[in-house]
Amino acid sequence: MTWMAWTLPTAIFFAVIAVALSVLIVLELERPTSMSRGWLPMATTRGDRFFISLLGAAFIHLLWLGLTPWSAMYASGLAIIWSGVIMAKG
Amino acid sequence: MAQNKTQDNRAWLGVLPVMLIVAFSGVIPLMTVVNYSVQDILDFNTRFFVGFEWYRETLTDPRFIDAFLRQLGFSAAVLAIEIPLGIVIARGMPTQGLRASLLLVLLATPLLIPWNVVGTIWQIYARSDIGLLGVTLNEMGFAFNYTAEPLHAWLTLLATDIWHWTSLVALLAFAGLTSVPAACYQAAELDGASKWQVFRHVELPRLKGVLVIAVLLRLMDSFMIYTEPFVLTGGGPGNTTTFLSQYLATMAVGQFDLGPAAAFSVIYFLFILLFSWLFYASVMRSEEGS
Repeated sequence: MTWMAWTLPTAIFFAVIAVALSVLIVLELERPTSMSRGWLPMATTRGDRFFISLLGAAFIHLLWLGLTPWSAMYASGLAIIWSGVIMAKG
Repeated sequence: MAQNKTQDNRAWLGVLPVMLIVAFSGVIPLMTVVNYSVQDILDFNTRFFVGFEWYRETLTDPRFIDAFLRQLGFSAAVLAIEIPLGIVIARGMPTQGLRASLLLVLLATPLLIPWNVVGTIWQIYARSDIGLLGVTLNEMGFAFNYTAEPLHAWLTLLATDIWHWTSLVALLAFAGLTSVPAACYQAAELDGASKWQVFRHVELPRLKGVLVIAVLLRLMDSFMIYTEPFVLTGGGPGNTTTFLSQYLATMAVGQFDLGPAAAFSVIYFLFILLFSWLFYASVMRSEEGS
């Protein structure tokens, strides 16, 4: 595994995504998702909203890093709020 | 019985081999690139964690921003020309007989030629000293020189891409058009529909599926273009035809800046993912509407 050049922060990052995917699988088995419409301009499933929240979180970080000189921790905070909103209301 | 079948998730095990191959060839290498992107890699045993530094450096790099804008412009121009041109060619083709077969073979020919060969063909063809196109244009009074004039370099590059890939759009559109039932044309004729109305209301709705594929393929392919500009212009004159992949290759292979190149790759990947998703979402939305 050393060839993958792991670091603790990236390991935590991927572990969080793996846990989130596992939770989605369990939720899907317990309470299957259905297409529903919220704030987003189209009907989405739970998995769609998870993908959108991840993609959005990545672009929040890119915009933050590209446009401001401040720490990326603020962007991470914004991204968590964004993800919560999309998963709940998207 | 039927209910049990639909609720049985064991069929997912059949997907397992594909998931393993995708993980081995896609997911794990991508994770490695993400790991690289947050480190300063001096050699394979000496590396330091630098957080988001390479991302910030890449996103504020004027050469990256210029290459990105050029890339967007190139992809937009490619789509704006190749999609309508492909449809026009497909509509003008005979649907059966020897002429149809010959035209199909002729159209497929550019698709069989490797990228670097296409680049070389056009590199020679457009040269202002020995190339047929370059010499002809100069004889006609146009001071054409794609190695010195950015506009000429762009036009030559666009012509190369159009020559290489419009056939793909035309073949896809042709396949879509052959699926339109003759009864639809007869009904349109009885109603006195004009050629434009036939295209807009009879053909275009049936072409939607293949055109979605054509746009997606051309968008992705043009956004990743590397070989043709590398062979044809080498990214010049200056940096005027240096697109994202060429700048990335210079950084990763030429300078061996693995950390910044990895951050660049992740950003590049995210934009491709965003465009694909926006495209998918717009298709899903229009299907919802219809």
